[in-house]
Amino acid sequence: MLAIVRRPFFWIIALVIAIFVAAPLIGDDVGLRESLILAALYITLASNINLMLGYAGYINFGSIVFYGLGGYICVWLVSAHGWPLGASLIAAGIGVSALALLFGLGILRLRGAFFALATIGVNEGVQAFAENFTPWGGSSGIYMSPAAFKPLGGPAEALWIVYFLMVAVMGLSLYLSYGIKSSKFGLGLLAIGQNEDAAAILGVPTPLYKALVYSASAFLPAMAGGLFFFKSAFIQPSDAFDLTLSTEAIIVAMLGGQGTVTGVALGAYLYEELRGYLLTSETFSHFQLVIAGLLLLVIVLFFPSGLMGWIYSRFPRLQKVLP
Amino acid sequence: MYGILASIVDGVLVGLVYGLAAMGLTLIWGVMDVINLTHGAMIVAGMFALFLIVQAFGVSPYLALPPVLIGGFFAGVLLYWIAVHRMVGRPPLMSLLSTFSVNLVLIGIGTAVWGTALFNVNVSLPGLTVGRYTFPGGHIVAAVLAIVIAAALYAFLHYTRMGKAVRAVANNREAAELVGVPTTRMLAISVGIGVALAGVSGVLIGTLFPFTVLSGDTYELKGFVVTVLGGLGNPVGALLGGVALGLLEGLVAPFAPVSWTLIIEFALFVVVLVAFPTGIFASRRGSL
Repeated sequence: MLAIVRRPFFWIIALVIAIFVAAPLIGDDVGLRESLILAALYITLASNINLMLGYAGYINFGSIVFYGLGGYICVWLVSAHGWPLGASLIAAGIGVSALALLFGLGILRLRGAFFALATIGVNEGVQAFAENFTPWGGSSGIYMSPAAFKPLGGPAEALWIVYFLMVAVMGLSLYLSYGIKSSKFGLGLLAIGQNEDAAAILGVPTPLYKALVYSASAFLPAMAGGLFFFKSAFIQPSDAFDLTLSTEAIIVAMLGGQGTVTGVALGAYLYEELRGYLLTSETFSHFQLVIAGLLLLVIVLFFPSGLMGWIYSRFPRLQKVLP
Repeated sequence: MYGILASIVDGVLVGLVYGLAAMGLTLIWGVMDVINLTHGAMIVAGMFALFLIVQAFGVSPYLALPPVLIGGFFAGVLLYWIAVHRMVGRPPLMSLLSTFSVNLVLIGIGTAVWGTALFNVNVSLPGLTVGRYTFPGGHIVAAVLAIVIAAALYAFLHYTRMGKAVRAVANNREAAELVGVPTTRMLAISVGIGVALAGVSGVLIGTLFPFTVLSGDTYELKGFVVTVLGGLGNPVGALLGGVALGLLEGLVAPFAPVSWTLIIEFALFVVVLVAFPTGIFASRRGSL
């Protein structure tokens, strides 16, 4: 654990977090804060999807289920049970992770493509559950009363606190990605990604590792979902389990370079910029999904190793410094 | 009791159409180990082709079948050359992503053009009345057409030279290449047939239920459930799997709200995959 502190990449992540914290504070720029919180959300979701996609070679089409379920648990605990935000977030993270472990032990017995199909089903199933579960307000969702912001010092202060917490979640995601990649656990996952049978023969406990990484990839997105829906003070099934966001997370991870830590963060930033442009442009705003799809197709067909793959091929030495 | 029986019979009728919807999925899987995630979008394309043809020409909805069959075939061949050709033989991750991205493009265009409003095609056929219960005529005709199309596919795969070549490629691509089968052309043709079947099943489903641009996801998921019930890569099993799913829906319908159906089906999907990885009706893998 201590060895990791001595590596340059540890400090590069710390620097990124510092920039995220400082940038909107200078000049009290609320607009910049709102765009950075989205970037932090994309980095969180993409980093965690990358644990499955880039390391273990398993694609999770329904990763949004962690985010939505985390949002539901957090908003429900805050509004119906009067829990403080911090405790609700941790409960959301642990609850969703535990559920993911349980699901994971079941559906991760499915290999490759079957697993991908099952993840689509998990999302549909959980969404249908939320639509029918009365304590969560069924399909009309949960509205939080403005009083919930009081303990944080009012709505304006609450937005800042949510922002800093989101940046913390983003930082933890990057450290988690880096930590796993430089551990024995990560090596096992990469082996699974290369050839699962060979990995199993060499003694990697594949079902356990897959379930563990599935569960680990649920924890921080659940907290991000909790923060996001606490911020908007409203949650309903169609927003919480909107596949667009997890689809974008896949595109982000592929764009930056699956399996890399830096690339995914870089991809998230680039995609956020692109998306901002597409949404404000008259002609393109209707075709956001079309363009996202074309982008993904081009990456998959022609640049499967993404931006970092290209950078590594130009500057091989960077692979050591920027994993 | 009588109501439940009627519900089961109707479930089987609809299940035959689900079976047809899954057949294209399982054909492509069986021939080249690629899961076609554009399947749902292609089903929706069939539904909208039906809607546009009926609206423009005012003809019987079933006359939309031949043009959709032909158009679907060419769309499938195009899909093969765009998204599948470079992915055959590579890790499943890549073909999943490439077909998924084409799906995004198609759904994106669909929502930009039609939004997510509900569309409906009216089929006015006399129903078949048995005792107190009337089976809708549309359901009966759709089920019969599904059986006819499935039989045609079976005949094509087993009694024509080209169909035998497709099966040879599914069995062992290298050996097929060695004995002179143009494998790449067979792969393209299989995707063409798979997509044509998706379109045709879209037409039939469109005559049964109202639909939106996003309906494809539900039917794609049902298609996966049917596929694992019938055994991956086994088109005849798909029809049986469809009947099984329809039976289940018919059994569940009188007791649970419709919105729970998908959860039950999905639970079934996982249980079947874990317990019978090769499918319930499959005798062996690759029995195309």
